Amino acid sequence: MIGLRNITKTYSKGSVLAVDDVSFFVDKGELFGLIGPDGAGKTSIFRMLTTLLLPTSGSAMVDGYDVANDYKEIRRTVGYMPGKFSLYQDLSVEENLHFFATMFNTSIAENYAMVKDIYEQLAPFKKRRAGALSGGMKQKLALCCALIHKPTVLFLDEPTTGVDVVSRREFWDMLRRLKSQGITILVSTPYMDEAVLCERIALIQKGRILSIDTPQNIVDSFPVALYAAKSDGMNALLSDARAYPHMGSCYAFGEYLHLTLKEGSVEDFSRYLGTKKHSNIEVKSIKPGIEDCFIERMTGN
Amino acid sequence: MAKGQKMLRIQFLSFVRKEFYHVLRDKRTLMVLLGLPIVQILLFGFALTSEVKHAKILLLDNAKDVASQSLVTKISASSYFDIQQSVQSYDELEEAFKKGKGACALIIPYNFASDIQHGGGVRLQLIADGSDVNVSKTVVNYLTAITGDFVAAQHPTANLPMHISLNQHMLYNPEMSGSMSFIPGVMALILLILCTTLTAVSIVREKELGTMELLLVSPFKPILVILAKAIPYLTVSIVNFTVILLLSFFVLDMPIRGNLLLLYAEAVLFIIACLSIGLLISNLVKTQLAAMLISMMGTMLPTMIFSGIFFPVENMPILLQAFANLIPARWFYVVVKAVMLKGLGFSVVWKEALVMLGMTVGLLALSLKTFKVRLE
Repeated sequence: MIGLRNITKTYSKGSVLAVDDVSFFVDKGELFGLIGPDGAGKTSIFRMLTTLLLPTSGSAMVDGYDVANDYKEIRRTVGYMPGKFSLYQDLSVEENLHFFATMFNTSIAENYAMVKDIYEQLAPFKKRRAGALSGGMKQKLALCCALIHKPTVLFLDEPTTGVDVVSRREFWDMLRRLKSQGITILVSTPYMDEAVLCERIALIQKGRILSIDTPQNIVDSFPVALYAAKSDGMNALLSDARAYPHMGSCYAFGEYLHLTLKEGSVEDFSRYLGTKKHSNIEVKSIKPGIEDCFIERMTGN
Repeated sequence: MAKGQKMLRIQFLSFVRKEFYHVLRDKRTLMVLLGLPIVQILLFGFALTSEVKHAKILLLDNAKDVASQSLVTKISASSYFDIQQSVQSYDELEEAFKKGKGACALIIPYNFASDIQHGGGVRLQLIADGSDVNVSKTVVNYLTAITGDFVAAQHPTANLPMHISLNQHMLYNPEMSGSMSFIPGVMALILLILCTTLTAVSIVREKELGTMELLLVSPFKPILVILAKAIPYLTVSIVNFTVILLLSFFVLDMPIRGNLLLLYAEAVLFIIACLSIGLLISNLVKTQLAAMLISMMGTMLPTMIFSGIFFPVENMPILLQAFANLIPARWFYVVVKAVMLKGLGFSVVWKEALVMLGMTVGLLALSLKTFKVRLE
């Protein structure tokens, strides 16, 4: 449904490399996530797939059409929600939706079923100007506008950035419902906790794909045991842990340190910490999350 | 096909409606849009004219007789002059000049009344302050006319063969009113600035806000956007044109001698040409600020210099004259003068109209061609 083959994108006459030889395929009806920090090249990939930018090299297909040559066909069939809120702020909710429906040769009435679930939440505010909506509402309206023409493929570029936790959860529920209607969805997010909500994900960093798999497989393929450590003095703990001779990687993660060991047992490490004047030491074995995997791939350990 | 056309029409109308919302909901911009022409017209009409009114003149009346008194009365009755000071001697006169008390001095000779009675040469001396050439020239002209009138009136039957008096008469603008020649130019200038800047900014705004990204990823046609963008501003501009015409007619006493319909048709043509320039600019820049600066500087300056509004094109070197021909306002200015002031018809201005039409078509084609269907 979506296929990228060796896509590279450079800016400023080749001096900035944004996307570096990226290839991946998304099946029909799949919910695929591009996971990576800001500046990883996610938006460039979205813009190439939505025909807004031409790839510097490589080729990409969307719904059977080539992004470079068949851009008109692609523009007819895809739904796109840019990373930045891009609706008319001085138009009301209703007017925005109506306008985008007409631009795609359809009407709200014709495809109401498509947006019903989402639009019902917006209905109390339909006379309100889009610029006066809350972040969560804006994002719902943008999704409505992207869906109103029944797209076969949906591109959502960081749809949950700047949105509160509750709205984010609701949004992902909506995406799952859309997926169940057979729509192919490519979504990007800098939030690692959202990655597990996708069927498959691609971890992307500095324009390169680190790995592509289901979130479960990525987590399962974490190569070594992962431990979490905590004490009353976290700063001292971090520097002491990093000074441990058999330390693999060690980084702060919430209220814990996450660490891996190159050799030796975790008991040895606990004993080592015991000699360092820490109080309330806690060291436990944990399951890695997507972020741990991301850091592990990124640092190339 | 019929369905496709119907859809296209619905799309177009929807787009136009959206544009009207943008224009009408931005109250501040709308105020500027409608207020600016009024302010400019009144400014140019009243304040910035080359006419001289209430010029201060000095008077040295050596005769102090009936005739000289009545001449002085006649001069001071005119709204062009205020007799600032009566002096008694040449020394005093020079002193007053140095202090800048007057632009011009009128010196009436001894025996003024009897000179007139005898029909001999009447000598009046006018001394003008040459440091302000424009004002002095005008004042001298006015004074010459008034005194000439006066002498003739004193001597209705006298046949004075040795007197050759120039009888100037300015066609179409007998009062040499400054606003007459300014207004058509200001009209062109206002329409040009408003139309160009507004269209350019409104399209570039869509780029800046990111809505252009969404528009591009839809099956819309570029021509649709370009035309839909132009229509609200065309409407606003026609309203502005009407306001300018009304102001000129009722407040500035400008005549509208020609066919009003023809005038409007030419104005619409000129407006569309300006809108096309705006469209073209919008395709070339990325920020609203750049769009604004380029449309202001890029159109206003060449228009001021090369349109013939302020400086006659005929006096320019051939190369600059050729360049001046590329300025749409130059042609519109000629048309407005011809139709509005001289009452001429289409048979006279068709050439200018054709040039503007050609420019419009060319600019529209160019802006369609440079319209970017992608982001870079």
